[in-house]
Amino acid sequence: MTTSTTQAPGGGATASARPPGRRASSVTAHGPSLWFAAPALIIFIAFALIPLIGVFALSFVNWNGIGAISWAGIANWQHVLTDELTYNALIVTAKVMFFTYIIQTPIAILLGTFTAGRQRYRAFLAVLYFVPPLLSSAAIAIAFKALLDPSFGLGAGVGIEALSQDWLGNPDLVLFVVVFVIAWQFIPFHALIYQGGVRQIPTSMYEAAQLDGANRVQQFFYITLPQLKYTIITSSTLMVIGALTYFDLIFVLTGGGPGYSTRVLALQMYLTGFKANDMGAGATLGVILVVIGLALALGLQRLGGKNQSASQLEGA
Amino acid sequence: MATSTLPAPTAGIPTRGRRLPRLSFTRPNILGGLGGCLWLAIIILPVYYVVVTSLKDQASYFTENPLALPSSPTLDNYRLVLQNDFVRYFVNSVIVTVGTVLPVLVICFMASYAIVRGHGRLLRLTNSMFLLGLAIPVQAVIIPIYFMITKIRMYDTLAALILPSIAFAIPISVLILTTFLRDVPKELFESMRLDGCTEFDMMWRLALPLVRPAVVTVAIYDALQVWNGFLFPLILTQSPEKRVLPLSIWTFQGEFSVNTPAILASVVLSSLPLLIAYMIGRRQLVAGLTAGFGK
Repeated sequence: MTTSTTQAPGGGATASARPPGRRASSVTAHGPSLWFAAPALIIFIAFALIPLIGVFALSFVNWNGIGAISWAGIANWQHVLTDELTYNALIVTAKVMFFTYIIQTPIAILLGTFTAGRQRYRAFLAVLYFVPPLLSSAAIAIAFKALLDPSFGLGAGVGIEALSQDWLGNPDLVLFVVVFVIAWQFIPFHALIYQGGVRQIPTSMYEAAQLDGANRVQQFFYITLPQLKYTIITSSTLMVIGALTYFDLIFVLTGGGPGYSTRVLALQMYLTGFKANDMGAGATLGVILVVIGLALALGLQRLGGKNQSASQLEGA
Repeated sequence: MATSTLPAPTAGIPTRGRRLPRLSFTRPNILGGLGGCLWLAIIILPVYYVVVTSLKDQASYFTENPLALPSSPTLDNYRLVLQNDFVRYFVNSVIVTVGTVLPVLVICFMASYAIVRGHGRLLRLTNSMFLLGLAIPVQAVIIPIYFMITKIRMYDTLAALILPSIAFAIPISVLILTTFLRDVPKELFESMRLDGCTEFDMMWRLALPLVRPAVVTVAIYDALQVWNGFLFPLILTQSPEKRVLPLSIWTFQGEFSVNTPAILASVVLSSLPLLIAYMIGRRQLVAGLTAGFGK
């Protein structure tokens, strides 16, 4: 009896074939076995979990990417933690995260609420809105490079002096250009998430509010926003964690320049590892990236007050 | 969730019998409409610029107004892009995308089924591990992935792109699939089990048809990620024969840096497959993504 229940996770698939005398145990014993999950588990461990451990390990070695590997002790950490460029990269990453968040969230909520409406013209607009998230970051970056050209780009076409600037060459402007392009690409995606959230709000709430004489703005602030709480948490988590991964776009658009003004952490890691051929130091930066990612994910879950699966079960 | 208090509308208790015209249901939301159109302009202008410029020859690119329609439209730029092995890169992209998404669907569906229906600490641990995977930025672990791929002598192959792509598609795919599988009523499984079905049968014949929308969502989302992926191809391949589309337009841009119209033609051509797919499968894509992330 006891043995059959403890075997459950391994031999559950055969549970239904057990002799009827053992029926009592089948309540806990049936169910698919761990083997169903094995293929996914193996690939995940091999190409995601082991690299996660590997990045810690590689942060303690010298390796140029091709040759032999030698033990480095804490030299990489000393180097990375005293390097000004590391702190520059952290600050640039934080700025990108902050600005993309405060620009994307309100616009995405408004657009999501707007497209949640059942009017036909809104459905049509929603179709067009969703084009940018389909495009690759590389394509978007290349397009905006041409578009932002001061002499032959969009600014020159519109004919407004202020729009014909050297957007990508001016260290004071370039960060905001990067933020704008990121917002251009990702706002529609988050708007779609909010659209789904808004459509789940019961219409009866709005009807009640209208009976009470609440106008559209009041309805938005007192019904829509509070009801979107869990959607906001989902979208915010994706946005904030995503801000650590804006590599392709910045790599192609600015290459981190001019100077170091758009060199985010992921880019600093790439350039250290694959361009300066210092994989040890690159891995060290990778560890920092992992730690920040996990810390943010856990922090945001706390902030939500509930764990993710709980909020999902409630239909956030 | 439904219990959350609504502070606002308590302002006045509605007087019974007073007939309320349902103004806000019928009155057009002018502000919203304007905002919506403004955003449309922000989305469309860059797209328009790219398409128009890609149809110009270099001379008119330098002389004409950037937003004007080309006075003598030409497809030469597209010909140039196609002559530069575009078809090969396209085929590579298709191989990598299909080679990633199909295995992901099978293994993630099986894993999700086990996580939702199974018992035991190991399965719970598996689920937590996948959830942890959601927070790992791919960029952070690219150096050890590069290390492993070179050690197993797979550097510069399409398989080198497929394997890590599968691994990093697992967390989100399992999350979406488990969310949907939890909604399948337990009684259905119980009755099939009493009919003598094995778990394997139940998985394919009961669970799979019931969560098909989720499977479609996962397929679309993963395909989008892999098709547009840039980092793995940049790090894990080298030769032009193994190039995929996003990487190819970047190298093309390096080679033809003075020929902006041709570069933009390559951008259009590389985006076209997804735009066509979007036109065909828009309803499923949007409905699927909304359901998948809205849950």
